[in-house]
Amino acid sequence: MPRSYFEAYAAPKKEIPRSVYLTVSATVAISILLMWCVLSYGGFVRSDFLPTPVEVLYAGLDGIQDGSLAVNTAASVGEIMSGFIIASILAVPLGILMGSFKIAEAAIEPVTNFIRYLPVSALIPLLILWVGIGIEEKVTVIFIGTLFQQLILVADVSRNVPSDLLDVSYTLGANRRTVVTRVLIPATLPGVVDTLRVTLGWAWTYLVIAEFVAANKGLGYFILNSERGLFTDRIFLGIAVIGLLGLITDQLFKLLRDWLLPWATEG
Amino acid sequence: MTKLKLDKVTLEFFPRTGAPVLALDDVSLEVAEQEFAVIVGPSGCGKSSLLRLVAGLVEPTRGEITLDGTPVTRPGKDRGMVFQSYTLFPWLNVRDNVEFGLRIGGVPAEKRKHISDHFIKEVGLEGFESAYPKQLSGGMMQRVALARALANDPEVLLMDEPFGALDSQTRSLMQELLLQIWEHSQKTVLFITHDIDEAILLGDRVHVMTARPGRIKERVEIDLKRPRHVDLLTSPEFIALKRRIMGLIHDEAVRAMR
Repeated sequence: MPRSYFEAYAAPKKEIPRSVYLTVSATVAISILLMWCVLSYGGFVRSDFLPTPVEVLYAGLDGIQDGSLAVNTAASVGEIMSGFIIASILAVPLGILMGSFKIAEAAIEPVTNFIRYLPVSALIPLLILWVGIGIEEKVTVIFIGTLFQQLILVADVSRNVPSDLLDVSYTLGANRRTVVTRVLIPATLPGVVDTLRVTLGWAWTYLVIAEFVAANKGLGYFILNSERGLFTDRIFLGIAVIGLLGLITDQLFKLLRDWLLPWATEG
Repeated sequence: MTKLKLDKVTLEFFPRTGAPVLALDDVSLEVAEQEFAVIVGPSGCGKSSLLRLVAGLVEPTRGEITLDGTPVTRPGKDRGMVFQSYTLFPWLNVRDNVEFGLRIGGVPAEKRKHISDHFIKEVGLEGFESAYPKQLSGGMMQRVALARALANDPEVLLMDEPFGALDSQTRSLMQELLLQIWEHSQKTVLFITHDIDEAILLGDRVHVMTARPGRIKERVEIDLKRPRHVDLLTSPEFIALKRRIMGLIHDEAVRAMR
């Protein structure tokens, strides 16, 4: 029996009871909501700065009714998926090559490392000049923003495949081609899925920035446009929808991993 | 009859900075058909490098390695290997791991199953055919790795401290299992360890290596009766051999520490 709760629950890396865990999580979430209620209903903050939770809820219902929420969400999701999928199709194979073949590393890594540190937002004016302000611009921003991060992360995943795993395959009679297709690639899959999961989250940031700069639909546009009319409830709504979409895609990736790669250990 | 022969094998590493490192110096070694040969030496003596040379994963700087008279130039399934680290393919279940070599070798499904059944039984893992590596203990994983190497029917089985990562109880069970399997299969084995008990218990002959650069310091014939069991460890003959090898290793270990 521990001498005190402090000792039981504040030891580094020690498990705590599930009930305690859930209680703490719920308490924090409810406290934030309560604080919001107190600040907004209590009149501590002007309502055009901080809407009440119910106002945000109504803004949501309005958005559903007039269809604006669906249109803007669909536009953003379409842009993000296009950019993200094109980037992933390129980044996964190139990243695997880069992490496992020194010659590919020499070719791709220096350039990637340079571009990776350029904030993609700095490129937006140039991209507008090149591809205009339509959907192409958002897709390109997401593509560039995601691709180079993915390359580095996937290369690391592939670099971390134990070389003993490849060596044992050679001693079992595999040739180089077989080692790549039947050992190296499967061994990278869990890490690749985790990389996609993380970078899809980042892609939302690039999308919103791109839409802030120039757009006539999308959730970033929705937020910016609401700000112009001081509709804070709609700003909150836009942010909440992005958060919700992020949460959903994250959970989908988790499910995908459990379903496709049941053999993988937790990442 | 000589199965495997190392003829004046020297291995040097050339690090990007600093002087070249002489890992193995003029090592000559013969392993007879169906012999269980053990190499024992202090850590860092290059014994693992030696095994990787035989596997064809590393090329010697000088000297030649031959298997049945044919020079070793690259890895191949005639030299199966069990590593100290866990090297099962995590995405394949036990059966598919054991059948990996057969599958890439184009062995038909029915025959593969027959062979994997046999070796899974041999290592005592019936009932675990569809388990994934993450569900297995360390000892079980090494048993699968052994079955996987044997299923390929190699000419020589190379074992690089395969039980080094296991706890001592599991390790002695694994040693007994290996003795049993070896007595059935009569494979030629080249086994690397730093554990003197393990070396004497398993080997027909123990090659003691010097600290870096690795050389063969002495060959000790282990003329203990077979079949052997772990209870041999307390017999006077065993202890006499152990005292002798410990003396040889001790000097080297001290030298390596400096």
